[in-house]
Amino acid sequence: MDPVDGNAIGGLLIDIFGVEMTAASSTCGTCGARRPVAELVVYRRAPGTVVRCRTCGRVLMVFVTAGGLTCVDTAGLASLDQP
Amino acid sequence: MVTIELDPPDWPGHQAGQHLDVRLTAEDGYTAEREYSIASAPGEPVAITVERLEDGEVSPYLTGELRAGDQLELRGPVGGYFVWEPGDGGPLLLLAGGSGVVPLRSILRHRQRTGSDVPSCLLYSSRTLPDVIYRDELDTYHDGVQVSYTLTRGQPAGWTGHTGRINQALLAEVAWPAGANPLAYICGPTSFVEAAAAALVGLGYLPERVKTERFGSTGGH
Amino acid sequence: MSPVSRGFRHLHRAPAGQEDRVPPGQYVTDGFPVLSAGPTPHTPLGRWTFSITQGGQTRKSWTWQEFRALPTETVTVDIHCVTRWSKLDTVWQGVSVDTLLDQVEHDAPYVMAFCDGGYTTNLPIEDVTGGQAWVAFGYDDGPLESEHGGPARLLVPHLYFWKSAKWVRGLDLRDTDEPGFWETYGYHIYGDPWKEQRYAGD
Repeated sequence: MDPVDGNAIGGLLIDIFGVEMTAASSTCGTCGARRPVAELVVYRRAPGTVVRCRTCGRVLMVFVTAGGLTCVDTAGLASLDQP
Repeated sequence: MVTIELDPPDWPGHQAGQHLDVRLTAEDGYTAEREYSIASAPGEPVAITVERLEDGEVSPYLTGELRAGDQLELRGPVGGYFVWEPGDGGPLLLLAGGSGVVPLRSILRHRQRTGSDVPSCLLYSSRTLPDVIYRDELDTYHDGVQVSYTLTRGQPAGWTGHTGRINQALLAEVAWPAGANPLAYICGPTSFVEAAAAALVGLGYLPERVKTERFGSTGGH
Repeated sequence: MSPVSRGFRHLHRAPAGQEDRVPPGQYVTDGFPVLSAGPTPHTPLGRWTFSITQGGQTRKSWTWQEFRALPTETVTVDIHCVTRWSKLDTVWQGVSVDTLLDQVEHDAPYVMAFCDGGYTTNLPIEDVTGGQAWVAFGYDDGPLESEHGGPARLLVPHLYFWKSAKWVRGLDLRDTDEPGFWETYGYHIYGDPWKEQRYAGD
């Protein structure tokens, strides 16, 4: 099952952040790689959505939705900047 | 493939390349959600083109059960990265793998409707000729738009288009040279996108001018 | 609550007479969905080991040959994924976790399963012993495919299937029940499908 990219979670990100985020610039907290959110690696056929750095593979963000609440963890990101 | 026209109330308009999210809810509360690229250009009635996947959950419903007048739960338009406006310039290289042609068709329609003269090249990869969609429409583009096809699994007798998967050799032949500073949009299954993007970068395209949208594996979710 | 989509039915129902095999909120599937949080690892068997660790030390370790020389069992079990699909009568070949843990003296109450790719999941030791858990290397009469967790995965069918960690490389003996990967993000610390313990607080 191939992963997709950040484009696929554009709707989820609007729900979480309130604004369009696929063009936002992300910086990996582990390797420092910078790329638009749209170009991150997204695994979503899982109990949650896992977003990984395309360069080093480390987890950048995790989204778990349960009972109307979404748990968001962005600890793997060094930064996330709106363009 | 079925194109479905939608009439969302208070539709804010969309950009070429954006998608919308469709959610289906069964009577017992079970939900299934999928993303579909918008096939129409900004200003046209909102439409999506859905490929029926036999082992799919949502596409058989949208292509088989849905009737005019039914309601659909939508979120969108979504996307601010994989979008094109005439002001973004070109020359444009559009690489489509299977159903990845849908947002690229929206881009070409938008280009046409706005009277843009940005030189554009679409290379559309499909398994066989019957899998090609929008053929009649794509073949009407002339001014500044080159459209070519490659078939990867079988070709009709007398086929004069390309054959085989998109690779560096085919792109060297068909795509704008890197020196033209092209702007590329690649959309389709993940493996298609990664191979095509790598090939373009190998030909000298700037990575920041290669935009990608991955649809996951073909066949089922 | 979302509006109901007219005519949308999902087709997964328990076979007639087998409804009592399906926990609440689950649907039966004929397929075997592949769910992952990351890329499929590919550890060569020559480098694969399974270890029992504790406090940073390796207590016992088996190479692939040593592991495959252990007594094996074939089991037929139902599995239940927290994403709501269940699959009945799945057949696995594996080594009982009892066989592995019996080779180490321990009184730890918990384990943390650890895997290639960094995935972890926590379990009480009494849930991986007493014939309730295996390290499975075969599925349906063939080697376990990598997308389903091969060369070996943990198999703990009485709990939600996220506890049956793919690409498992060992069990770390623990004194406390620390949350693993999904448990950290809000999934239930235990995960009993019959009590529908999907999320923390259920």
